[in-house]
Amino acid sequence: MTHSMTRWSAARTEEIEALRRRYPTDHALLLPVLWIAQRDFGWISHDVMELVAETCRTSPAHVYSLATFYTMFELEKPIRYHIQVCNNLSCSLCGSEGILAHIEKRLGIRAGEATADGRFRLTAVECLASCGTGPAMQVNDAYYEKLTLEKVDALLEEWMK
Amino acid sequence: MIAETILLKARMGNTDSHTLASARAAGAYRASAKTLAAAPEEIVQLVKDSGLRGRGGAGFPTGLKWTFLPKNRDATYLCVNADESEPGTFKDRLILEEDPHLLIEGIVIACRAIRCAHAYLYIRGEFCLPHERIRAAADEAYAAGLLGPNAGGPGQAIDLTIHRGAGAYICGEETALLNSIEGKKGQPRMKPPFPTNVGLFGKPTVINNVETLANLPFIVEKGPDAYRAIGTEKSPGTRLMSVSGHVERPGVYEVAHGVPMRGLIEDLAGGVRGGRKLKALIPGGSSTPVLTAEEAYAVNVDFESVQAAGSMLGSGGCIVMDETTDMVWALDKLAHFYAHESCGQCTPCREGSGWIAEIVRKIATGKGTRADLEKLESLAAQIVGNTICVFSDALAMPVVSHVTKFRAEFEAHLADRASSSSAAP
Ligand SMILES: Cc1cc2nc3c(=O)[nH]c(=O)nc-3n(C[C@H](O)[C@H](O)[C@H](O)COP(=O)(O)O)c2cc1C
Repeated sequence: MTHSMTRWSAARTEEIEALRRRYPTDHALLLPVLWIAQRDFGWISHDVMELVAETCRTSPAHVYSLATFYTMFELEKPIRYHIQVCNNLSCSLCGSEGILAHIEKRLGIRAGEATADGRFRLTAVECLASCGTGPAMQVNDAYYEKLTLEKVDALLEEWMK
Repeated sequence: MIAETILLKARMGNTDSHTLASARAAGAYRASAKTLAAAPEEIVQLVKDSGLRGRGGAGFPTGLKWTFLPKNRDATYLCVNADESEPGTFKDRLILEEDPHLLIEGIVIACRAIRCAHAYLYIRGEFCLPHERIRAAADEAYAAGLLGPNAGGPGQAIDLTIHRGAGAYICGEETALLNSIEGKKGQPRMKPPFPTNVGLFGKPTVINNVETLANLPFIVEKGPDAYRAIGTEKSPGTRLMSVSGHVERPGVYEVAHGVPMRGLIEDLAGGVRGGRKLKALIPGGSSTPVLTAEEAYAVNVDFESVQAAGSMLGSGGCIVMDETTDMVWALDKLAHFYAHESCGQCTPCREGSGWIAEIVRKIATGKGTRADLEKLESLAAQIVGNTICVFSDALAMPVVSHVTKFRAEFEAHLADRASSSSAAP
């Protein structure tokens, strides 16, 4: 019995079945399948959770508990640019607080907020293992390191176009 | 002047060092080929003789860990810990990005030694380029038969599955990592049973750090004596030290265990930034007790020396703070991190980490009182030993060491500090 209205593409079903052979339990597919879902559908809606639950033969409630425990799953419609500035010690020693404050000013929002047009979200995050190249931030999938105010301005200019 | 001793970084630095062709041309997979003719017990003995100790944090002897596996077992798993989330640590990332085949060769050797047919590599979710690199390297290794159905000899499979985490520091703790692979929340398990008896999917499992495994090709190829010729008696081999914070040249430096910490900071990392003086140094990742400048300059980069100074070499994440650093501000950053990352399973840690972060913030913003400072210390003392995993120790150690060693700075932030003669009425 299926409840979800969302479906995998044929290619995706094949990819998931290939993955299934790599794990002795269906449960272990949960994180890989959540990642695939996020890539395909952009975010993990309740409907997607149902699909993941069916695929991994578990309950939507369990999928929900995972999607909320792990911080990288998007539970809302994703934002075009999710700017995540490292706020941990090594980056802070190299001036990440100034970088964060500058971006807050440029975007007119505080860390933890999104811009009204829905294009930018700004988050202060924990260590990205970029301590040797700080201050660092992650924007969507990419790392930007050894940040300066000028570098940040150039990036923001590009993204605001 | 000290210099690097290059063992793990040997092939790094070229733009294509991550490819199989480049790695092979420079000698990759010679050591793993050698192990195909060896009995698993011989490889275990070799690693025991080398004295290799884990690079994930605890420094546990690798060969010894492997011998804890039960003699009769139907399946064994190897879990490669590539979660690298300890603040101040960024050396596994270097291996994954620049020489993933060194790691895969180490994995093959370990699998041969412990008779494992399927290794799982758990990589932190934020690591996009490292993930791309290790996946591409695994694909190359499969295509070349270095992984796959006959990688351990005719009919003996060695499979490698790369499993991506999704943002949770605690998943670096080995039993949380197992739960995470199994599709559960990354919350640590009670020990015993230890993973070598009841691990991944209930089977005997060895968990090793990326850098630990990357040492195996050298040990197999050159032998335990050559390995022991580097480093100290209790800490053989080299160490990838991640140096960050207030230094001129932050980066990952590979040094023989036993070199003076001062040499690492001054000769390799270029000294404290701007010619300033050192105030404090965290030697082994954010969880290890902070050292004063005096202590830091007296230790050597090895497990026993740093331990004798009351700290730990841990993951080798060395965070340097100069004389301008406000130590209350520094602890505020760390306390905030631990409060954010507590997995929430054990009450003392879940509640304690939040309280600690709140009190440190209160003191940092000038609103704390003497009673708050006392509460901070008593909280730190009370969470230790009362939880399933040692995350609580990882939080308590920085708190206690910062407050004890830099008490005057904490007191100077208090709202009810004893007023000095120059204080306003
Ligand atoms: C809170 C916590 C976080 C940890 N994070 C990591 C990590 O990110 N990477 C790692 O290799 N070990 C980490 N460890 C240590 C592992 O539990 C384990 O000891 C290690 O992976 C064993 O490998 P080794 O013997 O090769 O060092 C962590 C431990 C704790 C308590």
